Amino acid sequence: MKRISIDPITRLEGHGKIDIFLNEQGDVANAYLQIPELRGFEQFCVGRPVEDMPNLTARICGVCPEAHHMAATKALDAVFHVDPPPTAKKLRELFYSIFFATDHTTHFYALGGPDFVVGPTAPKAQRNILGVIAKVGMDVAGKVLKMRRDGHELIKMMGGRPVHPNWGLPGGVSRGINQEQRKTIEQLGRDAIEFAKFSLKLFDDLVLKNTEYVKLITGDVYVHRTYNMGMVDANNCTNFYDGKIRVTSPSGKEHAKYDPADYRQYVAERVEPWTYLKFPYLKQVGWKGFVDGEDSGVYKATPLSRCNAADGMATPLANAEYKRMYETLGGKPIHHTLATHWARLIEILYAAERWVELATDPEITGKDYRGLPTQTPTEGVGCVEAPRGTLTHHYWTDSRGIVTKVNLIVGTTNNNAPISMSVKRAAEKLIRGGKVSEGLLNMVEMAFRAYDPCFGCATHSLPGQMPLEVNIRGPQGQLLERLTQYVG
Amino acid sequence: MSKGKLALYWAASCGGCEIAVLGIDTHILDVAAAFDIVFWPCATDGKVRDVEKMPDGSIDLCLFNGGIRTSEQEYMAQLMRRKSKVLVAFGSCAHEGCIPGLANLYNRKVIFDTVYKEGSSTFPENPKDFRPQPSTDVPEGKLSLPIFYDTLKTLDQTVEVDYYLPGCPPEAKNIWAALVAVLEGKLPPKGSVIGVNTTVCDECPRKRNEKKIKKFHRTWEIIPDEETCLLEQGLICCGVATRAGCGALCPQVNSPCIGCHGPNEGVDDYGARLMSALASVIDSQDPAEIQRIIEEGIPDPVGTFYRFSLAASQLRRGSKRAVNGAGTVKHVAQEA
Amino acid sequence: MENDKFEPRIVGFLCNWCSYRAADLAGSARIKYPPNVRVIRVMCSGRVDPGFVLKALARGADGVMVAGCHPGECHYIEQNYKAMRRFYMLKHTLVAMGLEPERIELVWASAAEGQQLAEAVDRLTNNVRRLGPLRWADNWADDPQREEALRHIVHEHEEALEVS
Repeated sequence: MKRISIDPITRLEGHGKIDIFLNEQGDVANAYLQIPELRGFEQFCVGRPVEDMPNLTARICGVCPEAHHMAATKALDAVFHVDPPPTAKKLRELFYSIFFATDHTTHFYALGGPDFVVGPTAPKAQRNILGVIAKVGMDVAGKVLKMRRDGHELIKMMGGRPVHPNWGLPGGVSRGINQEQRKTIEQLGRDAIEFAKFSLKLFDDLVLKNTEYVKLITGDVYVHRTYNMGMVDANNCTNFYDGKIRVTSPSGKEHAKYDPADYRQYVAERVEPWTYLKFPYLKQVGWKGFVDGEDSGVYKATPLSRCNAADGMATPLANAEYKRMYETLGGKPIHHTLATHWARLIEILYAAERWVELATDPEITGKDYRGLPTQTPTEGVGCVEAPRGTLTHHYWTDSRGIVTKVNLIVGTTNNNAPISMSVKRAAEKLIRGGKVSEGLLNMVEMAFRAYDPCFGCATHSLPGQMPLEVNIRGPQGQLLERLTQYVG
Repeated sequence: MSKGKLALYWAASCGGCEIAVLGIDTHILDVAAAFDIVFWPCATDGKVRDVEKMPDGSIDLCLFNGGIRTSEQEYMAQLMRRKSKVLVAFGSCAHEGCIPGLANLYNRKVIFDTVYKEGSSTFPENPKDFRPQPSTDVPEGKLSLPIFYDTLKTLDQTVEVDYYLPGCPPEAKNIWAALVAVLEGKLPPKGSVIGVNTTVCDECPRKRNEKKIKKFHRTWEIIPDEETCLLEQGLICCGVATRAGCGALCPQVNSPCIGCHGPNEGVDDYGARLMSALASVIDSQDPAEIQRIIEEGIPDPVGTFYRFSLAASQLRRGSKRAVNGAGTVKHVAQEA
Repeated sequence: MENDKFEPRIVGFLCNWCSYRAADLAGSARIKYPPNVRVIRVMCSGRVDPGFVLKALARGADGVMVAGCHPGECHYIEQNYKAMRRFYMLKHTLVAMGLEPERIELVWASAAEGQQLAEAVDRLTNNVRRLGPLRWADNWADDPQREEALRHIVHEHEEALEVS
């Protein structure tokens, strides 16, 4: 069969290629999203002092290092059996809200958004942040650059560095904030709320008022009816920093709500021979293949999933937008993958509102930003919502606090099965009769971009878990034996 | 005036260098005015095939981040070298291997043996011992995956490198300064690290006195005071052996420097420098006491001394004859 | 004709004032000891940078000796204590990297102790001979499938359908 290779996939974090096989009619026989990268964090972190983990795991991803830093820091609390004081928790959630708003901004304007702002089949050279700036003008570009600049400045102010902060400790954080810093954080938070509102309006004007785009969003090419996962607070509202994990079914019913430490009872992983990335699925539903539906354990963990898994947003402006999205797209849950871009912007608004809430909390400038652990370290789980999905860090240590084992389930890994399904479906529906163009291939790529994938994150683990399938064929080409091997 | 051609590529890296480049903020427009960005998978849609078709040496500047972990990444390093006039090892991964270089304490076979013996209930059975194959048959044809090398290599262990920009990631102001140097033709001699020639201590505002260490503390054991040198308080601050340029950001939030900017000028093994520096502050002349201070305070010497620089160190990796599991090293007998 | 038996190559950093003179003494007193140590004279054991030891091991040495004056007798007063601290720090690291601890030794030998130095060289040489060649650079030899894998990538790219 003829093979088209999209190599590499672009405007995401991480590496991948899509191989599309065309049959004799020129239709798509199959499409495979292969992730060829691995670095081995779960293995080489063994032997390291556990307090290094926030800094080591931050290097899993430089787009969302704050997510790993925070999950790792919470895991340290659990490993050392220490509960941080109130100011510490609030500082962490404040920092995290700032990061969330900034990261989502980067994705919408630089990674996934250009497909909508300049157009999915626009010339290749324009489909990027520079093309967006040329299209929307310097005024708007200035707003976007300011949001990113503010976000990274505050991450640096609180966490030490704008990328890869050095801040989290068991029992708290290494430094708090003073009144002057608090004022700056509050002011920039209010600016962020305005920016989020502006972005939602831009989405309205450029996307929702464009009938072609609405057809794309609500049509047949980018849709999968799967389970959805997200972290929620006690009121079942989305919370990025802490809470329980809630999973809802394709029809919107609650399937499970559990403490993140119990993740292994609910999630299992599966292996396929043509990619190094594993496929998590819901253990209690079971793996039925790359298929949709109530009986299939495939689930999504994306901004849209978080909205589907929650009952609302905890802040007023975001909650109003949340309701508007569901009213516009026909109720809960929404399965149209491209709507993830909309959900992402709503999350920017929530993050900004939460940012201001915490920045105006009287305890935020407190001196109790750190408590010292007193107990012997053993084992612990730290879980947060990364922008790209639920992030779980699980460490085991010896009595000196040296890591003996690590297990990570990372944001994008959750979405590997739905991403693969989305890519295949888009290829099948868009490429017919051998008619294929560069623009169409970009539309296939849009199927994964909505997830804002972070394949560097997803492929943290070492080749030890890599499967290889060897087919032993007879002289007539018939399959005699298929052997699956784990290679390292 | 015609624009130059700029490429940015990432090998075994995390994307932080890309975010750092975006950190140059409005200067991104100056970059766009001076260069056509011909290849940057994170942010633009160019494909590898496009690069393969470019004439050799037609890319004026390539900023290459990430270490070389797989055959695909080595291929890309060779491709970008061929197509670029100036190739910069951008960031700690390309410069010295960075944190993924710690995988050099392990190797493929050790992991395979461990996984194979432990097994797992989620996976199907796996009784046969095959060597890795780069190609898999599926009903529609063949799918290829690159092979994973036992040892992660730095960029200059793979191809010839013109300049290095240190940092994990490099700070945005240093990135912009380097781009300006390129545009103005004011680069240092080829093979140089584009950076300052001093250590982080020079940029750190904390007060320094004489250091006499009786005990190295783990970061969760003490709350340091905010004015005094962190090393003096018994925390392992790598600033003494690390190139400056970051502004000593971590000590300013009370966190010890972890060494992400690599060694100072003229140092060819970062860990040797840091070992020496820490050894010289130990306040003891008794062999037993010295060994106790070292073993208790530095339970993970490789991770402490070579956190970012293992792949670029003199020894580059752990011994493949030693079986390393759960942080301990067992020596296997030498075959005759 | 290549000798079948493995002969260790050991690099020795000997300080000018004590241990190098001890080696001299062993020579002039005709004390027999293995010729496997390649001696590098430094002014003081405190001059020995851990980097010297690492370079020696990386470039083919099977073992390394650092030798200086006895504690309290250093010509430069205290620098052998620095050598001692550095050596322990280095050894702690090398063991964690999988080097057998018997391959590197710190030895004190005064100028009059030719016999003791000879014995130390003898002991280290025998230990290393028993452990076998180190050949550290073999650790990072290229993967045997590397060339094939690189060729395959070119082929795979050329084989795919061109789309514009």
